[in-house]
Amino acid sequence: MPSLKEVRIRIESVKSTQQITSAMKMVAASKLRKAQNAILTMRPYAAKLTEIMQNISANLDESSESPFTQQRDLQRILIIGIASNRGLCGPFNVNVAKAIVKNITEKYPAQYKAGNVEIITIGKKLSDFLNARNYKIAKQYDDLLENLSFAAIQPIARQFMDDFAAQKFDHIEIIYNQFKNAAVQILQTETLLPVIRQEEKNQEPSGPKIDFIFEPSEKEIITELIPKSLKIQFYKALLDSTASEHGARMTAMHKATDNAQDLLKELKLSYNKARQAAITNEILEIVGGAEALKG
Amino acid sequence: MKVQIITPDKTLFDGEARLVQLPGLDGSFELLENHAPIIAALKKGSVKIKTGNDKEQFFEIESGVVEVIKNKVLILAE
Repeated sequence: MPSLKEVRIRIESVKSTQQITSAMKMVAASKLRKAQNAILTMRPYAAKLTEIMQNISANLDESSESPFTQQRDLQRILIIGIASNRGLCGPFNVNVAKAIVKNITEKYPAQYKAGNVEIITIGKKLSDFLNARNYKIAKQYDDLLENLSFAAIQPIARQFMDDFAAQKFDHIEIIYNQFKNAAVQILQTETLLPVIRQEEKNQEPSGPKIDFIFEPSEKEIITELIPKSLKIQFYKALLDSTASEHGARMTAMHKATDNAQDLLKELKLSYNKARQAAITNEILEIVGGAEALKG
Repeated sequence: MKVQIITPDKTLFDGEARLVQLPGLDGSFELLENHAPIIAALKKGSVKIKTGNDKEQFFEIESGVVEVIKNKVLILAE
């Protein structure tokens, strides 16, 4: 049985760990609220953009090809992984890293052998994980997560589009954690480019079709809008990932705090046992001493 | 007419206006009450909004698109 002092020291250290984890939980919770707000303010924009694009597509003939809708043979692949700069958030980072490795080994083994798969990481933990396993990372955008804003992601998103249009890549996909709720993240693999034309949904015959004036022309507007919607898709992935990160950290820290509580209970029990044993011992000694004196 | 200017980060303007001046791809143009439905692409420039009491407000945009349906003006800006 450990001595009284040892147990006391352990209790102290578990207590201070518990304080840290519960503080981190609170911080994650407040950051989560902020991240959720960011998603909520972005949603109307995304919704309206799709609406306008559908309005135009309805008036547009099939022939309008954009450099971003071209389907090519999958030869050069770009995988963008979005995770986090910090740890202590459960399996959040590792899930993304594993998905990237899985995609490389299962979906694109031939391309990888030929050296045609590039990885771009957003999040230091993800970069570290892949580096440790000898995957070459073409570029890292770790700073992006610190100060996430639409303005900051624009040049990067444009770079992806330029690379695709210049046929540097035939397929660009993003792997990230989609935010469902604070406790649940869904790992998503999304194709960023080429843009897949949505199946023409059956237009509901609600009201007459509005006869729009297009300025300058449908085609020019759609070529303006496709890059916009791509940027939005990329931005949304980042926002989703940030919210998921804080959600994951909150859950992980909650569990850690609970565990510390359990541990404390056990330690307190053994501390009390040790204390009782010491007292009993002392009494025995006194009684023994008194007996000896009497004798 | 009701005017909304939305960016991915926040809503810049939401309210009634009498006149909206926009930097169209082919040149600046204005929208007044009861304009016909239009979808137009916008370039870098500033959006001018005149509210009921002739107060003018300006918003700088990088690019955007505007949609007008039944006196509802929706500007998606960057």
